Amino acid sequence: MKLTLKIWRQKNAKDAGGFKSYKLDDISEHSSFLEMLDTLNQQIMNSGDEPIVFESDCREGICGVCGLVINGVPHGPGRGTTCQLHMRSFKDGDEITIEPWRADAFPIMKDLMVDRSAFDRIIQSGGYISVNTGSARDANEKLIPQKDIEKAFDGAQCIGCGACVAACKNASANLFTAAKVSHLVVLPQGKVERSERVINMVEQHDKEGFGSCSNQTECEAVCPVGVTVSNISRMNREYARAKVKNFFNATRGGDKCKK
Amino acid sequence: MILDSKIPEGPIEKKWTKHKFDGSLVNPSNKRKFDIIVVGTGLAGGSAAATLAELGYKVKSFCIQDSPRRAHSIAAQGGINAAKNYQNDGDSVYRLFYDTVKGGDYRAREANVYRLAEVSANIIDQCTAQGVPFAREYSGYLANRSFGGAQVSRTFYARGQTGQQLLIGAYQALSRQIGLGNVELFCRHEMLDLVTIDGHARGIVTRNLLNGELATHAAHAVLLCTGGYSNVFNLSTNGMGSNVTASWRCHKRGAGFANPCFTQIHPTCLPQSGPHQSKLTLMSESLRNDGRIWVPKNKDEKRPANQIPEEDRDYYLERIYPAFGNLVPRDVASRAAKRMCDDGYGVNETGLAVYLDFKSAIERMGHAAVEKKYGNLFEMYEQITGDNPYETPMMIYPAVHYTMGGVWVDYNLMTSVPGLFALGEANFSDHGANRLGASALMQGLADGYFVIPNTIGNYLADFLNVEVDASAPEFEETLKNVQDFTERLLNVNGDKTPQFFHRELGKIMWEYCGMSRTLEGLNKAIDMIQELRKDFWEQVRVPGDCKDINQALEQAGRISDFIELGELMCKDALNREESCGGHFREEYQTENNEALRNDEDYSYTAVWEFKGLDKEHELHKEPLTFDYVKLAQRNYK
Repeated sequence: MKLTLKIWRQKNAKDAGGFKSYKLDDISEHSSFLEMLDTLNQQIMNSGDEPIVFESDCREGICGVCGLVINGVPHGPGRGTTCQLHMRSFKDGDEITIEPWRADAFPIMKDLMVDRSAFDRIIQSGGYISVNTGSARDANEKLIPQKDIEKAFDGAQCIGCGACVAACKNASANLFTAAKVSHLVVLPQGKVERSERVINMVEQHDKEGFGSCSNQTECEAVCPVGVTVSNISRMNREYARAKVKNFFNATRGGDKCKK
Repeated sequence: MILDSKIPEGPIEKKWTKHKFDGSLVNPSNKRKFDIIVVGTGLAGGSAAATLAELGYKVKSFCIQDSPRRAHSIAAQGGINAAKNYQNDGDSVYRLFYDTVKGGDYRAREANVYRLAEVSANIIDQCTAQGVPFAREYSGYLANRSFGGAQVSRTFYARGQTGQQLLIGAYQALSRQIGLGNVELFCRHEMLDLVTIDGHARGIVTRNLLNGELATHAAHAVLLCTGGYSNVFNLSTNGMGSNVTASWRCHKRGAGFANPCFTQIHPTCLPQSGPHQSKLTLMSESLRNDGRIWVPKNKDEKRPANQIPEEDRDYYLERIYPAFGNLVPRDVASRAAKRMCDDGYGVNETGLAVYLDFKSAIERMGHAAVEKKYGNLFEMYEQITGDNPYETPMMIYPAVHYTMGGVWVDYNLMTSVPGLFALGEANFSDHGANRLGASALMQGLADGYFVIPNTIGNYLADFLNVEVDASAPEFEETLKNVQDFTERLLNVNGDKTPQFFHRELGKIMWEYCGMSRTLEGLNKAIDMIQELRKDFWEQVRVPGDCKDINQALEQAGRISDFIELGELMCKDALNREESCGGHFREEYQTENNEALRNDEDYSYTAVWEFKGLDKEHELHKEPLTFDYVKLAQRNYK
C-alpha cells in the first residue's frame, strides 16, 4: 500500500506543534497500524531525523498505553485499541491524519505522547477497597451472584486508555471514573466504602480539569473494550445517594462521608 | 560469590512457618525508619510496594510506564493457580508443589516451590477481598478451570483477562498507599544502575524518561521486580518495553544470574504474518482445554481447514500423549508443533502453524457456552487475523513467552548482593526449567504479597538506625558511570538504527538458542553475538539528545544489555549438556524425542558471576536435592 500520513509533531509541552506530511510506499495490509508507524520511524531515522514519539507496549489491546486519534476518531476505525487496528482497514493511496489525545487534563508531552497521570490520581483518591494484605477471609465465604460479577467485570475491564476523554467534546472522564465506581460498588466487599469513594473520585475528576458529561455517549462509541454509559448512570445515582446521605448525616450532626 | 540458599531446616511442610518464626522482626514503630525501593509495578512490584507500605515501611516505587497499571503482567490471560481444592478433585498444597516441581523438570528448589503452593490459597482470598472479579458459578461460588500440566481443576480466572484484573487489584492497593502518602511513585523513570556501598545495595540511579534527568535514590533495600527477558529474542509475547536492563546492570554489580538458558516457548501464539512483525501475540493456553490441536495427515493438503474431514486430520497430541492429550505441558506441546512443521505438516502460507480447533467443543458445549468462556480471545483472534474461529480453526505456532531463568535469589528472595532482592519473573527460583500455565501470576503475587513482607525484616533488622543517603561518594560515581554510558551511545554516530541490531540478535537467538539447541549452533551463535556487539558499538545511530524524551536512546541501552545477555544464554545452554524443560539440546533426547535429563551431572542451578565485559563469566553451582519429589523422566503419556 502507498500512504500519505499527516502526523502531529510537537517538540515538548510548551511548543505549539503542527502537522507534518510523510509518504510511505510499501506497507503490507497485514501490518498493524503501529507496525506501519514503526516502519515510518525506521525510514525517518535512516534519513537522520528524530523519530515520531508515540507510545505502545503490549500491542494486544490490554495495557491501554497506545492511543492515537486517527482521522478524527480515537483509536481509528472499528472497535479496539490503536494497536489492534490493521492496515487492511485502509485503502491503497489513503491519506491518514494522526493526532494525540486532546484534552486539557492530558497535556501533550511530545508528538503523540500525552500525560494521563490524572487517571492515576482519580484512583488514588478512592478507587480501591481498603484491605491490607493478610486480612482477607476465605474467598468462597461470601457468595457473589454470577450476574453481579459480570456487572463488576463490565466496569473492571476498563484499560484506562483515555479514548473516552479524547472523544468527548467536554473532555470528560466520566466513563473512566464511572467504570471504576461501578466495578467496586456492585460487589459486596466494595459496598462499605461506597459513599466516600464516589464523592472523592468525582471531586478528584473535577479537580483534574476534566469536563462534565452532557450525555452524548461519544465515549461509549469509542471505548475499545465496550464499557457502557449505564456505568455513568450508576455513578450518578451513587453520587446522589452519597450526597443525600451526607446531607441527612449533617443535619443530624453526624460525620460527612468524605476523608 | 558464595551461594547460600538459606533453606530452613525441618520437614518441608514446616519450613516456611518455622522460617517466619525464626526470622528477625522489625517492630511497627521502627518500620518507618527504613526506606525501600521497589523497581517495577507489575504483579510482583505492585503487590510488594503496597504490602510493605501497609506494614509501615517508606516505599519508593518506580516504573518505566506512564502508570503502574500498565506493567506487562496485565497481558496474562488464562488464570492463576491455587491449591484451594474447591473442586474436591484431589488437589492439595502437596499436589500443586509436586506438579510444579515435576512440570519444571526437576530443576527448581523444592523448599521454594512448596512455599509457593502453600501461600497460593491466600492469594485468591486477598485478591477477592480487593474486588478482583474472579469467575463464579451460578451458585455464587468461585469457578475453576484446568490448565496444562495438571490433572486437577485449580485455576482461577477472570474471563480471559486474569492478569489485567489481578494487576488492577495490586494497582488499587498501591494507589491507596500512594494516596495515603506511604509510597512515593516515580512513573516514566528507568533504573539504569545499582549503587552498592561495602557490597550492600543502597540505592539506584534512574533516568527520567520525560526530560532525561539522571538522579540517585538511596534506600536500605532495593527490590527488583522488573520481569523477564524474553525480548532478547526480539519477537516474543512480551510488551515492547519489557527489558532486562535493571536485572542485567545489577548482575554487572555482583548479582549472580541463574539458568539464563531456561526460556519458555508458549505453544499457542499467533503465527507471524510478515517482516514488519513487531511482536507476537499469545492466545491463552486455556484454549487447549476445549480446543483440539491437529495438522492434516496429508502433507500437500490443499482444502480449507473446515473442509478437511476427520479421517484426514492428525490430532497428534491426543495420539502421542493419550493421558494428557492437548493438555501436555507447554514445552512438550511446543516441540511437538515444531516437529510437525519441520516434518512438513505445517499449515499457513509459511508452513509454520498448526490448527487449534473448537469444532467439537462447539458441538459439545454449544456456541453460547464457548463464547462465554473464550469470547474475548476469539474476538482478539479475529481482529488480528481477519478469520472467525467459530467457523474455521485458529492457526497457532509457538513463541517465546516467559523466562524461568533470572537473578539468583536465596529462600529470602535476596540476591547475591546483600540488600538487593528479586521478585516475580525477574528471579529464577520457582519454575525450574519449565513453568506451568497459570503459575506466573501465582508466583509474582506470592513473592510480593506474602514472601517478601515476611523475609525482608530479617535483613533490615541489622541496619536499624543506620542512615542511608545519596550523599555517599558511591552515588555520584555510579551516576557518572550512567552518564558516560549514555554519552557513549549517543556518540557512536553510526548508520544503523537500534532496531536493526535487535532484529539481528533476535534471529540469532531464535535460530540457535530457541526451541532446540546444539553444540555446534550455540558455538556459532556466541561468535555471531560477539561480532554483533562489536558492530553495535561501531555502527549504531541514536538520534536526538539525552535531555529530552528519546525512545531510540532508551531502546539502544536496552538492546546493548540484551546483546550481552544473549551471549551468556548461549554459554549457559552450551554448558548444560542435557535437555530439561524449555532447554532442549538435540544431542540429548529420548527415543520419543522427549527431553533427556542428566540428573547425575546437571542437577544444579547454574549461577553465573560477571567478571568484566571481555572476561569469561564464572560458573557457580547450587546443587539441587530432591527429598520429596521422586526424580523421574517426565511422562505425559
